[in-house]
Parts: sequence; C-alpha cells; structure tokens
Amino acid sequence: MDNFVNFFSFNDPNVRYVVLGSILLSVSAAIVGSFIVLKKKSLVGDAVSHSVLPGICAAFLFAGTKNTSLMLVGAFISGWLSLVAIDYITAKSKIKKDAAIGLVLSVFFALGIVLMTYIQQSGNAAQSGMDRFIFGKAATLIGSDLITFSVIAVVLIAVTLAFFKEFTIIAFDEHYAEVLGLPVRKLDLLLTSLTVLAVVSGITAVGVVLMAAMLITPAAAARYWTHNIRRMVLFAAIFGAVSGLAGAYISYIAPAMPTGPWMVVVSSLIAFFSFFFAPLGVVPKTLKRNKNSRTMMDENILKLFYQISERDENFKMKRTVEELLAFKKMQPTQLKSGMKRLNRQGLLDYSNQQAQLTETGLLKAKKIVRLHRLWELYLTNYMEIAPDHVHDNAEEMEHYITPELEKQLEKYLDNPETDPHGTMIPK
Amino acid sequence: MIALWIILTGALVAISCGLLGSFLVLRKMSMVGDAISHAVLPGIVIAFLWSGSRDTLPMLLGAGATGLLATFFIEYLHRKARLQTDAAIGIVFTFMFAVGIILISTFAGKIDLDQDCVLYGELAYVPINLWILPDGTSIGPKPVYILSVVLLLVVLFIYVGYKELKLTSFDPSFAATIGISTALWHYLLMAAVSFTTVSAFESVGAILVITFLIGPPAAAYLLTEDLKKMLFITVGIGILVSFTGYWLAYWLNASIAGCMALMTGVVFALVFVYTQFVLKNKRLKLAARNTLLSQKIE
Amino acid sequence: MIIQSENPVLEVHDLTVSYSSKPALWGVDFSLPEGSITGIIGPNGSGKSTLLKSIMGLIPLSSGYVKIFGKDLDKVRSRVSYVPQRESVDWDFPVSALDVVLMGRYAKIGMLRSIRSSDRKIAMECLEKVGMTDFAKRQISQLSGGQQQRVFIARALAQEADFYLMDEPFAGVDAATEEAIITLLREMVNAKKNVIVVHHDLDTITEYFDWLVMLNMRLVASGPMKQVYIPELLKKTYGTRLSVLAEAGDLLAKDKFSEKK
Repeated sequence: MDNFVNFFSFNDPNVRYVVLGSILLSVSAAIVGSFIVLKKKSLVGDAVSHSVLPGICAAFLFAGTKNTSLMLVGAFISGWLSLVAIDYITAKSKIKKDAAIGLVLSVFFALGIVLMTYIQQSGNAAQSGMDRFIFGKAATLIGSDLITFSVIAVVLIAVTLAFFKEFTIIAFDEHYAEVLGLPVRKLDLLLTSLTVLAVVSGITAVGVVLMAAMLITPAAAARYWTHNIRRMVLFAAIFGAVSGLAGAYISYIAPAMPTGPWMVVVSSLIAFFSFFFAPLGVVPKTLKRNKNSRTMMDENILKLFYQISERDENFKMKRTVEELLAFKKMQPTQLKSGMKRLNRQGLLDYSNQQAQLTETGLLKAKKIVRLHRLWELYLTNYMEIAPDHVHDNAEEMEHYITPELEKQLEKYLDNPETDPHGTMIPK
Repeated sequence: MIALWIILTGALVAISCGLLGSFLVLRKMSMVGDAISHAVLPGIVIAFLWSGSRDTLPMLLGAGATGLLATFFIEYLHRKARLQTDAAIGIVFTFMFAVGIILISTFAGKIDLDQDCVLYGELAYVPINLWILPDGTSIGPKPVYILSVVLLLVVLFIYVGYKELKLTSFDPSFAATIGISTALWHYLLMAAVSFTTVSAFESVGAILVITFLIGPPAAAYLLTEDLKKMLFITVGIGILVSFTGYWLAYWLNASIAGCMALMTGVVFALVFVYTQFVLKNKRLKLAARNTLLSQKIE
Repeated sequence: MIIQSENPVLEVHDLTVSYSSKPALWGVDFSLPEGSITGIIGPNGSGKSTLLKSIMGLIPLSSGYVKIFGKDLDKVRSRVSYVPQRESVDWDFPVSALDVVLMGRYAKIGMLRSIRSSDRKIAMECLEKVGMTDFAKRQISQLSGGQQQRVFIARALAQEADFYLMDEPFAGVDAATEEAIITLLREMVNAKKNVIVVHHDLDTITEYFDWLVMLNMRLVASGPMKQVYIPELLKKTYGTRLSVLAEAGDLLAKDKFSEKK
C-alpha cells in the first residue's frame, strides 16, 4: 500500500519520468496501431516487433557499447528490412502472406538471438542488460534515453494526427483513395515507417517480443466502444495510457519483473473486457437480442388476442389463460409473464389470470395483424410463393416492417381488403 | 558424440515441426502455428509448478491443451465477438505469452526454467540429460527418445490421415460435400502442432519453433509441385539445417537453436534465389511447350 | 409459374437462406423430375450459387428442407456430387490433375484408408472422358481455365454419383471445352443421371437444358423449358427490381427492430 501511495503521489522524479515515458510510448503505439488494425495488418506489427532484435544487436556490435540512438537506428533498419522481405517474397513467389510473415519474423528473430548470444559470451562488460530489450524494463526510461523515446513518441503522435484523414481513407478504401489522387503508395510507406518507429520506441520499456500487442490490443479493444474512428483512436490512446501506467507501476514495486508482459496483460484484460461488455461487445448484443425476442413475444400475444376476438367477433371480452392456450400452443409461463409486461405497458388489462385488450392494445394488435397479412399478400402476389407457405415468413416479418415499408406495401398491393387466405386485413 | 546427440535432437525437432508445418503453410495458417508456439508457454509453466518436475507427460498434456485452448479462443473471438482473425491471433498469443513470462518471473526460484530457455531452448544441455536405466547404464539423452516418439506419432498421423489432410487443406468445401469433417481435421492438426511444439520447447524455445514449422515447408513448397515430394524435401531440409546450424553455432559460440533457425532462413533464401532465377527460365520454356501441346489437342 | 413433378429427384421445400441474417433466398419451393438436365438462371446476386450451396448443406437453412431422392442429404451423400465455382481453390496447391480427380474417390475409399489401384484406374478413365489424359501429371496451376474446369468435372465423375450439381461450369472456359462438357452432360443424362447447372448465358439456355429454374431472390419459375422460357417470366426474372424485398432484407439484417418505435 505504501508503494501504491508513493508511486501515485509522483513525488519521486524518477517515477514521474518513467510514468511519463511509458504513457507516451504506449499512447503513440496505440494511435498508430489503430490504423494497423483497421487495415487488417495486425500480424505485420508482430513481424516488425520480432524483427528489430538483430538491428539492436548489430548496433551494439558496431559501437561496442549500448548507445541508444545507434540501437534505435539499427532497430529501425532491421524492422524495415523485414517488411521489405515479406513484400518481396509474397510478390515474387507463390508463398502466401501468412507464411512469409511467419518465416521472416522468426528468421530475423533467430538472427537476433544468434547475435545476442554471441555478444553475451564475447566478454564485453557493456553487454550486461542486453536482454532487457526482449521483455522490457520500464525503469530504464530515464535520463537522455527518456528524452529520445519521448521525442519519438511525440513525433509519432503528431504525424499520425496530421495525416488522420488520409490514413482513414487508405484504411477504409485504398482504391477510392487512389481515384481521389492521393499518393497511396507514399502514405502506405509513411504508415509502415510509423509502425516500425512505434515498435522501436517500445524496445526498452516493453521489449521486442511483446511490442506487437501494444500496437494492436488497445486499438482492437477500442473498436468495441464506438463506430466513430476519432473516438476509437481516443479510446485506444486511453487504453494504451492505462497499460503504460500499469507497466511503470510494476517496474516500481517489483524491479526484478520485466514490464512488457505486465503492460500486455493489462491491455489484454481491457480488450477481453471490451469484447464482452463494451457497447458493441457480445453481452450487450445478446441482451438486445433477448429484449427483441421478448418484444416479439409480446406482439404475438397481442395478435393472439386479436385473432380470438376476430373469431368471436367480440373485441371487448375478457380472455382466460386457458382459453388463449387452447387457441394457440405456447409456454404457459411465457404467456403469463408476457401478459404481465403488457399490463404494465397499458396494452392489456390483466388480473386473476384473465385479460382484455385496452384501446391502445387493440390498435397495436390490429397493426401487427395488418402487417402480417399485408406481407403474406406481398409474398403470394409478388414472390409467387404458395399461400400455404407464406405464414412462417410473415410471422417473422410482421415484427420488422417499418411504417415506410408498410406504405410501400400498400401502394404495391393497392390498399387490399383481404389476405391470401381470404381473411380481412384490419385497417 | 555430444555433437551428434545435439544434431540428432535438432533434426528430430525440425522434421516433426516441418511435416506438420507443411499443412499449416498450405492451409495459409502459418500464423496460427506462431500463435500456438507462443501460447503453450503458460501451460508449460503451470505444468511445471503442478508436477514440480520436468516430467514429460504432464508437460505434454497440460501445455498441449493450452495450445489447443488458444486456437479455440481465437475461433471464439472471431465468431462470437466478430473480431477480425488477424487481431484475434495477435491478441490471444501475446496475452498468453505475457502470462507465461510473468509466471516464470514470479516463480523464478521454484522452477528450473528461465527466460533464456523460453527464447532459445537448451539444446546444448541435451547430452547431459541422460536416461539412466535402473541398473545404472546410460542409454543416451532422454530428449532424443521423447522426440523420436513424437516424430513417430507425427509420421503416423500424417500417414494415416494423409488423404483427409490433403483434401481438407486443398478444397474444404468439397471435403464437406463428401462428408469429411473439416473441423475435425482442423483441430486434429492443431492438437498435433500443440503437442509437437511443447515437446520441442525444451530444445529450441517457444519462438524459434516457428522457424522450424514454417521455414523448411516454405522452401520445399517453392521446389516442388507434388505434396509427397514437398514432405520429403522438408525432411531433408530439416536434417540439413540441423547439421549446418550446429557447426555455425560451434564456430560463433552462439545459441545452437538460434543458429539452426538462422540456417533455415539461409536455406530458404538460397532456394528462393534459385527458383527466381534458375527455375523461372525453365518454366518459361515449359509454358511455351504447353501452349503448343494444348493447341494440338484442342 | 411453378410446375412440381411426381417422384422428384430433388425437392426443395419452402427454403429460406440468409447470409449474416440477411435473407438471400426467400421461400424457394420447387421439385425436379428424374433424368433431366436443369439450368438455374437469374441475374447477379439472385442467389443461384446460394441455392446450390444450401442444397449441398454448405450453408445453414433459415427455414425449409431439401430432399434428394426423397431422403436427407446425409443419407444419399455418396450419390450426390458438387462442382464448385472454379475460383474457390488455391491453384498453387501441390497437387496434379490426377490427384484432384482421385479426391472424387475419397468418400468411396473410406476414412483413413489409402488409395487403391482400382481408384487410379477409374480416375484415369474420368480424365479420359474429359480429354485430359495427357495432362494427368500436370500441376493444376499449369492448366488453362478450360482444362482446370475439365479436371473438376472429372473429379465429379469419379464420384460415380447419380446427381450432379455444377456451379457455373462454363464460366471462363473456351468454346471447345464448353462443347465437350455439354456433350458429356448429355451422355450422363442419357445414362439416367441427373444434372443441375448454374448458368449465365441466356443465348445457349434452350439448347442446353430440359428444365429451367428461374431465380431472383425468390423463385420466379420452375418447369419444362418450353413452358417457362417465355418473355413474361424472363422479364420477371431479370427486369423487376424488388425494392420492397431488398428493404425487408435490410431490416432483418440490421435488426432495426427496436428502432421501429
């Protein structure tokens, strides 16, 4: 708890730096990543993040020390080369994209591992801590490194936001962008460079292996909160920031822990939560579907009342549950709970297992029966479907037809009086 | 002798992975292989903690199940939550891998596993891990026996299900119309990949497995147009990279598994260049002959 | 106009099929007589391929049922053969023409058993029927469009089925192939086989088919060529835009249900 308070009071300047750095880089990765996800190129992010390792190691071999700027350049170059290799292999041979990505990322990573193990046994004292580039250590985001990484992150955010419109259009419809006269190839190149740069910015805090997740996971989560792309990018940025903060905190309380995995776990948990509980997720959709089927059930009950009344030519009579069930087979419990709901809505007067349509209830029941019969008529007249086959489909459509569609149907069918079975269509 | 054991282990891994990987490549599912190889990590760690040892059976079962679970989860997110496949793969495996790394760091004292082993395995220690019989005689390294059994099972699986694997990879909807379950063969293959990945983990690590899964089949795919030949060439490349990789590692004094994976890349690059510049000319000539032949027939 | 037939080889009853809850076919109901070659025609997006796929059980039905030889598909699978649209496979796949034709024997060979020499013989005979013997060993990407189509038809023949469903077998093939295929289909029908073909080209319809199924999201007509190939029905199939139907489909797909009120 003390740790928690100490950390979140941000009194320690080191804590402030680490927090600032982690948040900046996660936010920038999430923003760039939004477009990668929208372009359905998530796995390319994975390829780049594994592929920067040899660049880092080569830079170290070249300089003999852990020179951050040089390593960044090395990482950028090898990340770039991996993408060129993937494109070249897929363009020039029958190897498909997935195999090319998997092959290039693992071979580049293998080269990185070979170089790293070579360095580790080379006896160079400066090599200790090289492995932090693999799983990340947010605590190392201090001093001049912090400035370098922050500058990269700020540049990333600024460039992405500056080209927001263009990236949106190439992500949505590349051909249309081309027709508009946009330099699609150059924009693609820019987005690719930003992707590589975003991976590079994460190598110290998150590590190369898991940086792909920091690109795509917040963005994929954000997709479930909104249909608006600007808001989506904003959500992604927020989720990225939360994950970044979590990484910094872990690095503070457990210095021995690698931070990258923690950041990824936090952002994955946000994503899993979003997939299920965000407005566009699984649970709200299921709830909506259940609500819809309840409403359908209610409409069917109203229709039932109308049909019985039509048979008896008496619309003002009380009906018992048994009577209704005798007219049409239904689950008694479902019928009763539906009747209670309709009672609450003022469409039925329900008491003591008996009920009768109210004025509004009758209107509504009429409307549903009308739509059902209009649709049956449409199916028979315009779709050549035999009258004895149209009922089931109308059972469904009656709940969906909008007033506009109803008008169209009336016009097509010329305000008909009876349905295909010869029954009156109520007005 | 030590070198031979290491090379043999490497070759066993490369062959098992390559044979199954051939079907991944043909099904355009290489990245699912990537996902599985990352996703088995938490399973391996948990199996370790559970059994307190490196016993093979709990490892294979526990971790193999995790790999299969990952593929189910990817499918589930794709179908139910309508998450695009690439993102589903990317998110699931990074998450599971991250959990694995956290578990390793948390229980660092309790288990005989570290981050290096995850990354590039412990091929160099294979010859030390001897199988000693009750009477004290040593009959060679344990992993060699385990991996041989795995290879045997993989070969058996492909031999028995060759027809079905081929058809469900080539034309799944035709397979469905003649009553072959594509889902069944999909998950059988995924299960086989999971178990093979786990068995290979100790030797080559979680990430480099991908190279062995995809590299040799991809190169073989360029060299032949016959599935059976592709499988045989894959085996050949597996053995080749194991040898050359070992000598490269010996020379550089670097990670053996890393060097074998790197050699896979080199072999692929050579094959790629060969097919680009040598075979292409041959093909052009063949194509010209074909058109003549076709004209004659029609 | 829908003419039903007695003892049909295929009975499609009240079939509705949806793609992501948007209906692609509404209440299709028809039956086909034995020993005929039937053409399915209709404009783009009218649901021709969807109909074939739903008959083959490749897409789930929203309502209705399909009976082949009076039975469920699973009971008569070995008697039914399906030739999908050509684009649906990976042409780079390492298989030869003969390999592909042999796949037609897989159901007969049975699960987990290997190919017998008798299967090879049948496969070669089928290749011969389509005039492709010389290309047996050729990898499939090295065949022309027409040759690829012949191989797929040979695969269907190798199934030795009684009922063949073909999705646009004439799309993108040369004239010689088209003629070879139609002659072959005629021979098959003469040998008491049944064939359904999704077809595109209005000019050749009368020449190729005995029976016609006309689709446009719903069934417009089904009957003997002479009775249904009339301007009125053709206009109905190709002419009218069914705006009400399209709108109704959208409503179902978007589930605008709760927004109605």
